[in-house]
Parts: sequence; structure tokens; C-alpha cells
Amino acid sequence: MDRPSRSREIKNVIATVLMWTAFLIAIIPLVWILWTVISKGSNLLLHADWWVNSQRGITNRRVGGGAYHAIIGTLLQALVCAVIAVPIAVFTAIYLVEYGRGRFARVVSFMVDILTGIPSIVAALFIYAVWVTTLGLDRVGFSVSLALVLLMIPVVVRSTEEMLKLVPNELREASYALGVPKWKTISRIVLPTAFSGIITGILLGLARVMGETAPLLVLGPYSKSINTDLFSGFMAALPTMINQDRSEALDPAINRVWAAALTLIILVMVLNIAGRLIARLSKVSK
Amino acid sequence: MSSSITGRSELDAEPSGDGASTGRLGDRIFSGLSVGSGAVVVILILLVAVFLISQAVPALIDNKANFLTDRVWEVNAGSLRFGIPDLLYVTVISSIVAMIIAVPIAIAVALFLTQYAPKRLATPLGYLVDLLAAVPSIIYGLWGLRILAPYVKPVQTFLADYFGWIPFFSPPASTGTVFLASIVLAIMILPIVTALSREVFDQTPLTHKEGALALGATKWEMIRTAVLPFGAGGVVSAAMLGLGRALGETIAVTIIVSTNPGLFRVSLFSGGETFASKIANNAGEFDTPLKAGAFIAVGLVLFVLTFVVNAAARVIIERRKAFIE
Repeated sequence: MDRPSRSREIKNVIATVLMWTAFLIAIIPLVWILWTVISKGSNLLLHADWWVNSQRGITNRRVGGGAYHAIIGTLLQALVCAVIAVPIAVFTAIYLVEYGRGRFARVVSFMVDILTGIPSIVAALFIYAVWVTTLGLDRVGFSVSLALVLLMIPVVVRSTEEMLKLVPNELREASYALGVPKWKTISRIVLPTAFSGIITGILLGLARVMGETAPLLVLGPYSKSINTDLFSGFMAALPTMINQDRSEALDPAINRVWAAALTLIILVMVLNIAGRLIARLSKVSK
Repeated sequence: MSSSITGRSELDAEPSGDGASTGRLGDRIFSGLSVGSGAVVVILILLVAVFLISQAVPALIDNKANFLTDRVWEVNAGSLRFGIPDLLYVTVISSIVAMIIAVPIAIAVALFLTQYAPKRLATPLGYLVDLLAAVPSIIYGLWGLRILAPYVKPVQTFLADYFGWIPFFSPPASTGTVFLASIVLAIMILPIVTALSREVFDQTPLTHKEGALALGATKWEMIRTAVLPFGAGGVVSAAMLGLGRALGETIAVTIIVSTNPGLFRVSLFSGGETFASKIANNAGEFDTPLKAGAFIAVGLVLFVLTFVVNAAARVIIERRKAFIE
């Protein structure tokens, strides 16, 4: 058999080179960003102070203080968001896989897609319109959590849905054949089998909402002190701590900005990687 | 066994749906919770639309300027004059440039991961690309403005010097430009477009690929004739989802693009504000409901825009699925 002509062979080689190059181009920003954040932020993180103190009383010129107020704020807001979002999301996924037939299921699935694409600033404005303008309440940590709920639900729904679909139908049929009611079949057999997918969805959802800044800009003004009350007063969070000093020129402030950025990235990456690992180690595989 | 278990007795009745329900209390509660949660999701979207509209309308009515055509933005306690053409332009142009940069690279990376990479490495390498999506957008903004900008500046100067006659590239080129924001947006949407394109390319029927190779095609020719045409619809859909993401990105654009109050320019090398960054820049000044209403009106436009883009992307995927199955 003849080999392909010269020009065809050359085009093939060029294509291969382009593909490999494209992959390297895609990886460069990731490595660059991680390297930047780690190299600029790590020295502050190695001090115990960073993890236990707040920024109270610290001005831009002074070195010192920590990120405890922001870390605790981020964690609390995300936790409350998860408590609200996860049950709604899991049951929506159960509806789509186990119960949904016909038009309403298609509408629900479509709306989950829309929720996936909703910009975080729009979700924040919606909660502002409800919480502040209509109900006349103050902007507190809980209002931020509400905005985050809209952003977390679609992530958990899709991940749970994927896993539920992978549970073999034979398991369900065997359960029904033994006389187990549908709700017990789902809660005792299907859900535990798909559990890793739910956990993955939760971890990925948490990673997403912890990094969101727009809801904080609208609903959660920054505070330098520690505040663990979600229903009164301003609450600090890592993104707003970064945002606060992002245009600063003085070294102590800039160092804190990068250190806060590193703290945030560590938090988000740990959750992300944990979520993916759990998905890979799950009982039901693709 | 109790006879109330199934209403039907056919052996091949669907296990899910009402045939499996026993009508007992547990079943009714559970299915109620499930349907209810689905309804919550639907109602949430409807509520978003309702609340945004209801608070935008008073401001729009009070607006002394034309919302859609007047290029002015004065939102003070006494008088409201605001229009969105400038915002619309910056939003759309930054997103489109981001797509021009990101989509070809994403397609190439997706092809790399599905066709060129060693099979065992494909998943871990793909995961690396997915990690780009995990980086919080505020960090993209920070990095973009402080670290990437000095490297982009020479590129901008080069383009302004040699191609300045094209309106998009007209000088002067400052630091916080729409061009820089587009590059960062491109990096942000790359993982989304890549992931979906990967899925689509993975589904290319093996017979198509092997047939092309059997007929003597080189690998690139096989991709060009079998993989790419098959995946075209999916790639378009992926690109649209990336577009939706870029349109709505807030904090990265807010940090990077300078909001110079100078004259509006068509050039990519000027500053400006998108829908999202306009809202973010003024988030601390929602004093009165009318003032907030003006910004909520902008948010409403953004909501509609992303709704349409996401819906269109979904329609394309659905049509493709129907074609395949």
C-alpha cells in the first residue's frame, strides 16, 4: 500500500503538533496562577497567627493580623447554604430520575439547566430584591447564604442525577419484587448506592460557592472583626477580604491579599479534589 | 405478599412511576417531597424573573432617558437617566473576543484528550484542564491585573501600532483594557467548552473512525471527516454555554477593566463596564429602591441574555440527541 502523499503527511504532523501545543497552552495559566498565588501567599500562611486572628485594628501599613474572621465567615455561609440547598437538590434529582415522566419533568430539567447558567450577580440581585427591598431586612450573612443556595442547587442536582441514573435497574426491580415500597427502595437501596455521587456534588458545590464574590459584594459587606452571627452585622469572607485590599500598593496589605487568595484556593482545591476522588472510588462506575 | 403493592400485574411493567407506588403514607410523603423540590426549582426561576421585573419597572418608568438607546448613566436621588448601549457593547464584545480565543483552543484540547493523548493519561490530563474551572474568579481578576497585564501590554502596543487602523485596535492602549479582560475570560471559559467537547468527541462512533482509517486516511483526515462533523452540534452548544459564562462573569471583569469616565471608544484597548461589572462597581450604593431599581434593570437584561443563550444551547443538544438515537 502506498503511504499518504507528502502534503497529507505534513498536514497530519502539523495537526498533531497543534493538538499537543493547545494542551500545553491550556495548562500554562493553571500552573502560572497556582505558582503565583503559592509563591506570593505562602509565607503569611505559615504563621499560626494567620489562622487564629482577625484583621481588627490592622491598617494597611501594619503587618499582622490573620484571616480567621474571613475563613470562619466563608465556612459558615457555605455550610448554611449547603443545609438548605442539598435537600432540595437531592430530592429534585430523585424526582427527575425516579418519578419524573412527561412534561413537568422536562420543565424541571430545563430549569435546572437555567439555574446552572444564572450569573452569580443576578442571583445576588434577586435575593437583594427579596430580602432587602421587599422584606426590609438588613444585609447579613444569611442573605449571602440564600444567594449561594441558587448557585449550589444545580451542581448537586446534576451530580446526584448522574449517579442515580447509574444505579442498575435490576436493584430497583429486585427490591420491588420483594415487596419493598418505592420510598424505601429509594432511600435504603438506591440512594446509598449513589451516595458517592451525592457527596461529590456537595463537595463540588461547596467549592463553587466558597469562591463566589458577587453575592458578597451585593449582600455581604466586609468587616475586619470576627462575627459568627449569621443574622446580625456584617460578616467577613475570604473573597471580600481579598477584594477589600485588591488595589493596595503597600506591602503589608498586598501580602495579605495574596495570602488570603492562597487560603481560598487551598480551600476550594481541597474540596474539588476530594469530590473528584470520591467519584472515582465509588461503587458504581461508568 | 400484599396485593396492594402494584396496581398492575404485567411482568414487564416499569418499576418506576406510579406502578411501583404502594399508596402508603411513606410513598406519598416521599413523592410529594420529590415533586415539591422540582417545583421549588421551577418556582425559583419564575420568582427571579418576577422580582427583578417588579423592581426594575419603577426605575424604568422614572427613567428620563431611553433605556435601550441613550448612552448616559446618571443615577442620583433626584433624577434617573440611564441607558445601556455602552454596557451592552462592552459585555458582548468582551465575551465574543473571549470565545474567539477560547473555542479553537478548546476544540484542539478536546481533540487532544480524546484522540491523541495516551488512553491512561487522558483522564488525569483532562482533570488538569478541569481544574481551571475550580479557580475562583476573584483570583483570576487579581492575577490578570497584577501578573498577566505586563505581558499583555506589549501585545496591545504591537496591535495598536500596526493594526491601529482597525477600529477595534485603535490606540491608545492602557492597562486595564477590555482586551486583557477578554483573554482572562477566555481562560475561564476554556474548561467548560473543553469538557463538553470532550464528551461529544468521545461519542463518535468507532465505525466512523475506523472506516476512515481503513480507507487510508491519516489521523488528521480521520478527525476532519469523522470526529468533527459528528461533534459539530455539541461543540456549538459547548461554545454557547461558554458564552453564557463569559457574559455573566462579574468580579474578574470588575477588577481588570478600568472604569475610566472618558469618552466611549469602540477599541478593545479602552476601559469600560459590562452589565455585571456595572452592578458590582455600584453595589455599595443601593440607597433607594429607585436607584437599586436601575441596577436591577441591568441585572434583568443580563438574566434574559443568559437565559436565552443557555436555552439555545440546550435546544441544540436536544436536537442532536434526537438525531443520534
